Amino acid sequence: MLNYVLTRLLTFVPTFIGVTLISFGFIRVLPGDPIVVMAGERGLTDERYAELATQFGFDRPLYEQFWEYLTGVLQGDLGNSFVTKKPVWDEFFALFPATLELSLCAMIFAVVIGLPAGVIAAVNRGKFYDRALMSTALIGYSMPIFWWALLLIIVFSGNLQWTPVSGRIDLIYYFPDPTGFMLIDSIASGQKGAFGSAVRHLILPAIVLGTIPLAVIARQTRSAMLEVLGEDYIRTARAKGLAPGRINGVHALRNALIPVITVIGLSVGTLLAGAILTETIFSWPGIGKWMVDSIFRRDYPVVQGGLLLIAVAVMIVNLTVDMLYGVINPKIRKR
Amino acid sequence: MLFKHTISLGLLMGALGASVASAQSLVYCSEGSPEGFDPALYTAGTTFDASSHPLYNRLTEFRVGTTEVIPALAESWEVSEDGMTVTFNLRQGVQFHSNDMFTPSRDFNAEDVIFTFNRQKNDDHPYNGVSGGTWEYFDGMSMPDLVASVDKVDDYTVVFNLSRPEAPFIANMAMDFASIVSAEYGDAMMAAGTPEMLNQAPIGTGPFAFQAYQKDAVIRYLRNDNYWGDAARVESLIFAITPDASVRYQKVQAGECHVTAYPNPADIQAMKDAEDIVVMEQEGLNVGYLAYNTTMPPYDNANVRRALNMAIDKQAIIDVVFQGSGQIAKNPIPPTMWSYNDAVADDDYNPEMAMEMLAAEGVEDLNMKIWAMPVQRPYNPNARRMAELMQEDFAKIGVTVEIVSYEWGEYLSRSRELDRDGAILLGWTGDNGDPDNFMAVLLGCDGRENSNRAQWCHQPFEDLIQQAKVLPTQEERQPLYEQAQVIFKEQAPWATIAHSVVYMTMRPEVDGYVVHPLGGHIFNQVGLSE
Repeated sequence: MLNYVLTRLLTFVPTFIGVTLISFGFIRVLPGDPIVVMAGERGLTDERYAELATQFGFDRPLYEQFWEYLTGVLQGDLGNSFVTKKPVWDEFFALFPATLELSLCAMIFAVVIGLPAGVIAAVNRGKFYDRALMSTALIGYSMPIFWWALLLIIVFSGNLQWTPVSGRIDLIYYFPDPTGFMLIDSIASGQKGAFGSAVRHLILPAIVLGTIPLAVIARQTRSAMLEVLGEDYIRTARAKGLAPGRINGVHALRNALIPVITVIGLSVGTLLAGAILTETIFSWPGIGKWMVDSIFRRDYPVVQGGLLLIAVAVMIVNLTVDMLYGVINPKIRKR
Repeated sequence: MLFKHTISLGLLMGALGASVASAQSLVYCSEGSPEGFDPALYTAGTTFDASSHPLYNRLTEFRVGTTEVIPALAESWEVSEDGMTVTFNLRQGVQFHSNDMFTPSRDFNAEDVIFTFNRQKNDDHPYNGVSGGTWEYFDGMSMPDLVASVDKVDDYTVVFNLSRPEAPFIANMAMDFASIVSAEYGDAMMAAGTPEMLNQAPIGTGPFAFQAYQKDAVIRYLRNDNYWGDAARVESLIFAITPDASVRYQKVQAGECHVTAYPNPADIQAMKDAEDIVVMEQEGLNVGYLAYNTTMPPYDNANVRRALNMAIDKQAIIDVVFQGSGQIAKNPIPPTMWSYNDAVADDDYNPEMAMEMLAAEGVEDLNMKIWAMPVQRPYNPNARRMAELMQEDFAKIGVTVEIVSYEWGEYLSRSRELDRDGAILLGWTGDNGDPDNFMAVLLGCDGRENSNRAQWCHQPFEDLIQQAKVLPTQEERQPLYEQAQVIFKEQAPWATIAHSVVYMTMRPEVDGYVVHPLGGHIFNQVGLSE
């Protein structure tokens, strides 16, 4: 297992360099000059433009700029945002816990609902429950996130007033946030009602962000379960007279989980992409909106650094998923 | 670093028993995050709302709700007869805020004024490059050329020596970039090796003191009980950052915020009809226009430009693009600005006459390009739609229009070129309430290949605005600007399209809010009724 992890970690190196190069090139390929965007309608003189180009290093050849960036990255310096003038590193870590917290809750929601839905649909193949669940999953998969979010806000926050409209916690609560995870910090604050408020604020964004992964997980679980349910060992288990619950829940589901876990791992990328819209609508202070704003402003250091850090996060998640295969299937562990 | 300081500041304030649970907390749902808290470094209104208005003062300021310049940290000022020297007499007994890193040992004085401007002006100043200092507004207002030096006469008197007379200078001192920062705090942070704290943990003299900022989520301020002017009416001010306009609507309706700005035009009527929402409106200090390239035939002919202007159905644009939240523009400055010439008659919407005028000038089968901005602006919420309406209007007089657009940076950059092919949709929002800020910047000869997108240089107009720039009093300047507007209309370098209307929405319990014509959101005078 250790060898496996080390081998996988070694593959991080070329991926890391590739991502560095792509993120550096990607933002520069886009049309639009950050200095001109910064000046806006007001414009600026040619002399001032030249001064700023020198200050930002744009007057040097691209390979020199890339080398400086790469050496900075290796020393842990991702540069400063052109817009806020603050270190990219600081900005990322101020925002990332919010995205992570939301994504985790969305994933928990998706798994807790999606997995049983897939199993129920598979066991009842072709019957009412199967059709109803899979049709719902298809609707969930096809629904525009933006529309879905506004619909939930209008119904549950506007009309019924069950949940808050947006934000992470009621403004009456104010405490230091050492971890950046509101659920943890609200408990640590000891303020009465803070945790409940944080949970209430999480409900709608987690549902919205988790809807697409939920649909995918439900469909994937159903299909994997159907495949497994047709295997000889399931027929043998049935012949032995094992209870259907034990056959489905232990023998079939455990083997069906491998492709499902793969889907869950891949959904992390989807969650981060979906988080952009969800964060914007729910005023959730995460990295999704930060990245989009930075692309529009041509804030090179933020886009480069942000992409790199997100890529590293996704690589770590994928590694974790690969290691989970071993936990679920001993045959893989032995290999 | 910021995170750490924000927390420590938060702990300090928590220890002081500060709480926003009080009924006297005003929550403003703002549309975006501030770029930082040192207004001189930035140009965005969202940043100024969060920094210069609550936290700082300037030597002069605009009276809230007007463009009138009033004394602030300068109690009075004198301009020399030749207009080359401006002496400010500073207010005494003004205290800076404090935080866990800094407690001021003295009151505001001339050193702070000199520090504020020299850090922006002098390349060798220790703070010139701090926080990537680009000082866009200071440069954009030509201050490096205009201000020869800032000298201290005594602790409470400073002299600005100018390189030329400049009537709008006093109004420029009321702009956000001229917010006075503490020299003592600057020195302390430089000594501590954290000069960027000036931008991240701001210290000012304003009606509110900075409490904490959670990036992209919440900014908290506490009332400055030592404020030199009228103290703020609420104990604390909270900015809940809410980028989506539909969500801001829901939040104000649910009572999660007291005040919001920038509603969706489509929601305004429903908000006006709602019992628990108050909608305030005022004409914005802006103008949206279509600028011809007056150096290229046939647009170098004023008659052709006027003919095209007569073909544009502006009312349809107001109805469709602004959804009623705008008014037709006839002058290059908005009606709320002094010297607005209401006697100027707008071009009639008259396609038949437009066709005749084009024929008289020998223009047939004209093909033109209209550039449509790829971004939304208050002066033009949907440039593509506006261009499409103009395309239809021009088709009626036999002019074929091709609509082009570029990425915003490219758009701004290419539209400056002298040989640009086509007329461009753009606009402007005023900075200092002075007509010079529109007419000289957007239509003056010096602005060609830059902010003068019509590339227009008309000597009679230029003479008037240059004369007006150096006259000392508003009374003397006004007739010149009025005459300049007459010439502008005759020459028609632009089709003036619209001035947008600014809407503010709030809960009924909000008391004393005034819509500011310069676009800022100011809460010093705002209270909450029980």
